[in-house]
Amino acid sequence: MRPEANKPAALGEGRHSPRFAVATATRASIIAALAVIPAVLILIALPAFADRALLQELFYVFTMLTLAQLWNLLAGSAGLISVGQQAFVGMGAYALFAFTIIAGLDPVLSIVLAGIVAGALAVPAALIVFRLRGAYFAIGTWVVAEVCRLVLAQVKHLGGGTGTSLPPDIAGSMIGLDFVRHLFRVRGPAARDILSYWLALVLVVGTFILVYRLLRSRHGLALSAVGDSEPAAESTGVDVFRTKFLIYVVTAIVTGMVGALLFLQKARISPDAAFSLIDWTAYVIFIVVIGGIGTMEGPIIGVVIFYLLQYYLAALGSWYLILLGALAILLMLFAPSGVWGVISHYFDISLFPVRRRLVVPERAGLRKESLR
Amino acid sequence: MILKLDNLTRSFGSLKAVDGVHLEIARGEALGIIGPNGAGKSTLFNLVTGLLRPDTGSIWFDGRDITHASPRARCIAGIGRSFQIPLPFENLTVFENLLVAAIHGRGRREAQVIDACGEILERTGLIAFANRRAGALNLLGRKRLELARALASAPRLLLLDEIAGGLTEAECGELVRLVQDINKSGMTIIWVEHIVHVLVAVVSRLMVLNFGRKIIEGEPRPVMASAEVREIYMGIAA
Repeated sequence: MRPEANKPAALGEGRHSPRFAVATATRASIIAALAVIPAVLILIALPAFADRALLQELFYVFTMLTLAQLWNLLAGSAGLISVGQQAFVGMGAYALFAFTIIAGLDPVLSIVLAGIVAGALAVPAALIVFRLRGAYFAIGTWVVAEVCRLVLAQVKHLGGGTGTSLPPDIAGSMIGLDFVRHLFRVRGPAARDILSYWLALVLVVGTFILVYRLLRSRHGLALSAVGDSEPAAESTGVDVFRTKFLIYVVTAIVTGMVGALLFLQKARISPDAAFSLIDWTAYVIFIVVIGGIGTMEGPIIGVVIFYLLQYYLAALGSWYLILLGALAILLMLFAPSGVWGVISHYFDISLFPVRRRLVVPERAGLRKESLR
Repeated sequence: MILKLDNLTRSFGSLKAVDGVHLEIARGEALGIIGPNGAGKSTLFNLVTGLLRPDTGSIWFDGRDITHASPRARCIAGIGRSFQIPLPFENLTVFENLLVAAIHGRGRREAQVIDACGEILERTGLIAFANRRAGALNLLGRKRLELARALASAPRLLLLDEIAGGLTEAECGELVRLVQDINKSGMTIIWVEHIVHVLVAVVSRLMVLNFGRKIIEGEPRPVMASAEVREIYMGIAA
């Protein structure tokens, strides 16, 4: 119990009618909120009239967008610049293969369990990497991922260093597959693509809801405070370790689920692919930085740019990666807040209103003798 | 007695930043601390708020030994502070900076603290900047925010670290009245300040630090007139 009775009456307390109010919504955000419901409904219904290729492309976009939004939460809000998120992608993916091949569980259920495994990895990983600061934190997260890759390469049941494939009967036994097959009158592989697409849609929408609600909560305030200044956050009563730990484990769980889904769709795993720094962290950082770090809108813009670049330039081979890197560097130099940062600066709009605005009564705003 | 420092010592390498300091502060008192740069004033604050641990000695707050308590626990127990070099939460708005302290420092819900935060913003002259990103504030705004955020956690002991630097005379006058008001409402204040005439207008007791040691302590005017202080500030041999 805090000895509140000893305290001097805090300012603003004991008042009956509140003088101030808090608003978050903006006009743009209300329009966005109204637009998002039909948009999601269209995306749910999309398999009825879209071809398989489009669903596969969207599957990739959704999974990358989910990873980007999660990394953005870690790095953009909490200041935890991890370059080791592939540890959780890979661990989730391997957990899915272990649960389905060795334990014989359903693949969809295994995705959820894979998230838990990734979260369980994040607990000891956090205890190590949180002892490190700045660049050393980043290096620490990368080392954790490398250790995971090396350890998984030793697991003979899952193919060791060369990896293994998911037996077709396992991928064909997913919960809901028959339903999809009958609903759209398609064959097994096409039904699997549809189901994977839906699962990716669930993950990306779920992640956006999770991140938005988190940022709007007291934990979201704590997270931003920790990201901006740990000593100030600690001195204002924020539980810095718990805040960072919570966010690290939560993002690891969802990242692990994305990894499981990605490799369920690929139906083939190897340590190098599952723990790929380029695929699951470098591209993700590119998406967030290009789009605008620290904003929920940024990763959406980033993933569109990333997808278009890949679509038109991937044929260039290594030049594609060189261009990607050059573009990221140019943007960091000339528009460090990313494309969305520039847009929101000039047009002052926010689609995901996570900032609270104090609504000040006219009288109070005009009072000059406010110090008396 | 709200705060008691007993033989507090903290070294950085061979430098004794705080050297055997004893201090007792009564509830509701306003104490000023002065001393040249590097005298150990900010280190003393960091020891009291828990960002640094003492090598020896103990810290008692409200009858409890808090020597080993975390900064968070000390904030929740009722110690608030401002930072000499402002550390705003730059990506939050000014209002949200206060919310962090009010929600996490007091364990309240957001809806319970909105009015309190709004009033603090009014009193500290920040109300017009409430919805501005804290990172966009100038130095004066940042210093005000340091004070406002510390107040938002509703502390019983408030530590102010050089909040008057860079203010005009008129602004200093406003600041003096504000801190006096806060002190009159029952809050105990320890104020480190280089601008001595501002300090002396508020505090009833002055402590002088030099090389980490307490040189002299007492009522402001005799302390300022003492040979020790004149020696430190003007290099006049006693």
